[in-house]
Formats: sequence, C-alpha cells, structure tokens
Amino acid sequence: MGEFLDFISNNMADFWTYTGFANATVGHLVMILVGLVFIYLAVAKEFEPMLLIPIGFGMLIGNIPFNMEAGLKVGIYEEGSVLNILYQGVTSGWYPPLIFLGIGAMTDFSALISNPKLMLVGAAAQFGIFGAYMIALALGFDPMQAGAIGIIGGADGPTAIFLSSKLAPNLMGAIAVSAYSYMALVPVIQPPIMRLLTTKKERVMRMQPPRAVSHTEKVMFPIIGLLLTCFLVPSGLPLLGMLFFGNLLKESGVTRRLAETARGPLIDTITILLGLTVGASTQASEFLTFDSVLIFMLGALSFIIATASGVIFVKIFNLVLPKSKRINPLIGNSGVSAVPDAARISQTVGLEYDPTNYLLMHAMGPNVAGVIGSAVAAGILLGFLM
Amino acid sequence: MNKKRIGILLSLAMMLGLASCGEKEVNTKLILNEVLIENQTNFQDDYGVHSAWIEVFNKSYTSADLAGYLLKMSNQPGDTATYFIPKGDVLTLVKPRQHSLFWADGQPNRGTFHTNFVMDGTTATWVGLYDSGKKLVDQVTIPAGTLQADQSYARISDASAEWEVKGAVADKYVTPSTNNKTLEGNAKMEKFQTHDSVGIGMSITAMSVVFFGLILLYICFRAIGKAAVSFRRKNAMEAKDITCEQEAKEKKLGEAPGEVIAAISLAMHEMQSDVHDVEDTVLTITRVKRSYSPWSSKIYTLRETPKK
Repeated sequence: MGEFLDFISNNMADFWTYTGFANATVGHLVMILVGLVFIYLAVAKEFEPMLLIPIGFGMLIGNIPFNMEAGLKVGIYEEGSVLNILYQGVTSGWYPPLIFLGIGAMTDFSALISNPKLMLVGAAAQFGIFGAYMIALALGFDPMQAGAIGIIGGADGPTAIFLSSKLAPNLMGAIAVSAYSYMALVPVIQPPIMRLLTTKKERVMRMQPPRAVSHTEKVMFPIIGLLLTCFLVPSGLPLLGMLFFGNLLKESGVTRRLAETARGPLIDTITILLGLTVGASTQASEFLTFDSVLIFMLGALSFIIATASGVIFVKIFNLVLPKSKRINPLIGNSGVSAVPDAARISQTVGLEYDPTNYLLMHAMGPNVAGVIGSAVAAGILLGFLM
Repeated sequence: MNKKRIGILLSLAMMLGLASCGEKEVNTKLILNEVLIENQTNFQDDYGVHSAWIEVFNKSYTSADLAGYLLKMSNQPGDTATYFIPKGDVLTLVKPRQHSLFWADGQPNRGTFHTNFVMDGTTATWVGLYDSGKKLVDQVTIPAGTLQADQSYARISDASAEWEVKGAVADKYVTPSTNNKTLEGNAKMEKFQTHDSVGIGMSITAMSVVFFGLILLYICFRAIGKAAVSFRRKNAMEAKDITCEQEAKEKKLGEAPGEVIAAISLAMHEMQSDVHDVEDTVLTITRVKRSYSPWSSKIYTLRETPKK
C-alpha cells in the first residue's frame, strides 16, 4: 500500500513538472499580458480586429508554458508539431503571396488609374522603409537584418513577413508583430504627423473628381502592372504576381467565382493561419530579447518617416502642378500600404476641417500604389541583400 | 478577315514556339564538377580505400535525380566504359546546389556510387555524363600528365565554365563533395558594410528603382487614360453626330461627370440588391404568360384514380 501511494505521489509530482504552472516564467506572463492587450484593443477599440484577435490569441497559445525537455511536440518551434506545420506557411513564405492574391481580388485600382500621378505619392512613402534601414544599420544590425526591419515602414504585414522570412528568419516574429501592431495603430500614429506638417489651408484643398475608368483600362492595369514591375524587379514576383493576378480575376469580369474565393474564403483562411501562427511565434524564450525592443522602436520610427515623407512629397509635388490639379497633402499619409486604413485616416482628418470634402476616393490611389511600392521595395531589398 | 488575322497570329505563335523548342538545350541541372584520377592520400570511400573519384554537382535550385543517368569514361578513342547509375536508390537525388561523389574503383557491387570502371591518368581522360535519354549533359577531358597524385581537375568554382588544377598550390585545394571554392564570408554583406555602412547608397538606389517603376506605370497609364478618353469622345461624337473636335471638347463629350456616374451606380445598386423604398407599398400585378409544357402540366403529377 505504501509503495502504491509512493507511485501515486511520484506520478503527481511528474505531472506537476509538465504543467504550465511549473514551467511559467516572467517572460511567459509578460507575453500573455501583451496578447490580452491585443485582444482588448481589437474587441473594445476595434483596432484591426481581423488581425489583432488572431495574433493576440496566438500569443496566448504560444506562451502557454510547458516542459520543453519532454519532447511533447506541442510548441511552435518543435519540428513536427501541429503549430510548427502551420507555421511553415510563414517560414517558407507562402502565406504572404496568398494574402496578396486576396488583396488583389478585393482592390479597386480605379482611383489610381484615373489619376496615375498618385502613384508617385505611393513611391514617396517608401522612404519610411529606407529611413528605418539606415537607423537599424546605425544601431548595429547587419544589412540583412536592417532590410528586414526597414520593411515594417511599408506598413504591409504580408510583405514584412515575406521579406523577414528570407532575410532575417530569427527576427521574423518581432518584425511581424511590430508591423501588424503599428498597422492597427495607424489611426493613432498618423493624424498628429499629418496635422503637424500641413496648414489649415492645405487641409481644405479640394481635388478634381476622378474620371470614369473603362473596363478595358481596368483589365489592362494588372497585366501591364505585372509586366512593368516584375521585369524591373523580378525578385518581387511572388508578391506582385499574386497581387496583379488577383486583380485580373476581379476585373476580367469572367472569373467572378475565382475572385470571390480569393477575396473571401481563401484570404480569410490564410489570415486566420497567418495571424495565429505569427502570434504563437512570440514564444517568450525566443521573442523577449533586446532586439525585439529595438525592432518595435524602429517600427514606430519607420511608420512616422513613411507618413511624413508621403505628406511632404505631396507638398513639394504641388509646387510643380497646375493649381487645378493640386493634391491635398492629407492624402500623402496613405502612401503607406495599410489598405484601406491609411486612406480612411485621410478622409477622417479631411472631414474634420471641411465636412463636405471627401478625400477617400483620392486617398485610395496612393494607398494601393503603396501596396505596389512596398512589394517593389521588398523585391529590391531581397535582390540586393539575399 | 478577322479569322484570317487570327490564323496568321496563331501561325506566328506556333512558329515562335517551334523555333524556341529547337534551341532548347538538354537539361543541364547536373554537371561534372571535379575529377581526381590518382588518389594516394586523398578522400577515402566508405571501405577505407583511396580510389579515383568523379564529382557531380546539381547547379539548380531544385533537387535533381541521377537515377538512370550514365557516367562514361574513356582513356582512348573507341574504348569507352559506361556505368549505369542504378534506379531505386534515394541517395541519387541530389539536393539543390549539392554534390554527389562517384568512386571510379571498378567495384560496382560496393554500391550505387562505385562505378564499374577505373581511371588511368597516363593518357588523356574523357569523362561524360549522359541523361536517362542518353543525351550528353556534360563532358570534360583531362589532358594527359596534367594531374599529379592527389590533384584534381575541377571547375574554378561550382558550375563555373572554366576548369583548373586543384591541389597544386595552397589556395587551390581539392574539395570532394563540397564547394570548389570555399566562401569564407558573405561577399554581398561585406561589400555593403565596406562601401555603404550608413545605408545611404542602398536607400538612394532602391528609392530610385521604386520611383522608376512607378513612374513607368504612371507614364503608361497616363497614355492609356488619354487614349481611353479620346476613344470615348469619338464614340460620343459619332452618336451625337458632331464632327467638330473643339465642340466635343467644350461639351465634354465622353467624360461623364462624377455625379452622373454616382447616380447610375446607385440606381444599379438598388436594382441589383433589390433595395426598395416606395415600391414596397405598391402592389404590381403583371400577367405572366407561360407556354404549355407537359413537364409543368399538373395533370402529369396527379396519381390516376385506381380502377375497381
């Protein structure tokens, strides 16, 4: 009887070593807290709930402490575990192009086609990427890591994941979480910079209404867009190819079912898997490092630089444009590719100063150009640094 | 006329396709990379024997299978030994940018990677690699007397076109089953760290490319936009019987104002989404005419009354 009781107590003691309570560290608790904050922001403040809910919950999943020595194959970094298998879409970089397929299938490029000069605003906002790249180099990151960190300034989660999985896989978790966090915080980060860099007169500037765009032009856009951008930067092919392919599915008018799948069930499935696994990849033991703190700081800086450079570029561009064709600098912020949040910010800030001046349609131009611009920038970084 | 044009286009496309097929090279993912003929103290095989060896390199970024390939060797014209690389061994799958080593020891019963021939360096040695379709994939001739013992004849670096003798001087070493040129650092990174430690060069280059790409798109779609507007104007001029270009411009023909487009879009949205406001309170009775069909006839759906 005594032996049996010993056996039971040993079993219980063994079991205790497997529990989360026995294996918890301060790091786990901190990350769980961060996950809870993400979920709170998504539910209570409605900051990018589609992203923050999966990422936030993923953080909880990834930070449940367990006995790492036991070989249970439950952790995201344990080869063969379910989470690890799902995470391969991130590490081998095939989730981001599928997200881009969906983005292409849901994006209307009409605003850009009707006023193609707005493409330049989308290009200007990419200064955020290279500003952060230079600061990262100065902080001691090597060029590959700096390139991966800089892409946060493109404000494009899938692009950030795609590039960091190639250039700096060890920093990918921090880069992805940083990119998505700041994308969710676009309504907080951008307006003060926009107000700071514009005058009241500029904020109420009205723009010419966009012209109607024909079906032929819409069909030609993804084809010509793909050929021009990918001949120039073939390393951007996975992202640009899928983006323009998705857009052709939408605009061709004859593949409605495919377009609906791409912009509906497919992108939703991938978003769930991507968000959850990126969140889970923030396992405290791997994630809580000084580098992660620096990456978060650089991410904020890159967003600020991107927003400011977009607005400043519009102001400079206006100097050479005829008066009737001038651009409201409030749409400069939307050159970052957080679609459509950045464009929505232009609209909201614009309406604050003139309730009848609707900037949304105009802001969508640089916004979608930003998607192309950041994918091109990612391709360039990949080509130069890989 | 249209059919003729389509026919001509298709024929041209076919001709181009055929022409490109003719120029297509044999699949050259796998190439000969290094050969060592006289092995005295160099690499040993898994039996601990020093034998001559031939290294094959997969220069592509996908795996390539050597199963079914032929390794041929000749020391004199007309006397060629052939080794058939057996199928069914998973090890013949060469991973991207990796190497595979064959021992030319005349002992094929020792495994897949032991050939049935030996090599002799006293005369010129020719080695050829043939694919499973018996097409020559790669070949190399090692001139007689070129190699001393434990020296190899190898491409300068993996898959490069030029060959050299390795093992004769200190910085050119024999590299069985590994890269012909060992990379002691990341050349790209070093270049960036030396010439562009601040990142300005990269930023200027990359931003120039981003701007260039989007400026190209801008120019292209500005031209397409102008063409589209002028095409629409011409159509509108034809429809309204206006011949004067100036008049058409003044009347803004072909340029539907935003308000008109918004109104049309709203109307279409209401119609397609079945959005009603006033109509819901109105009863509309429309006579529906349906032509007779036995498939819709009620009489065929009724069971016949049972006969007593």
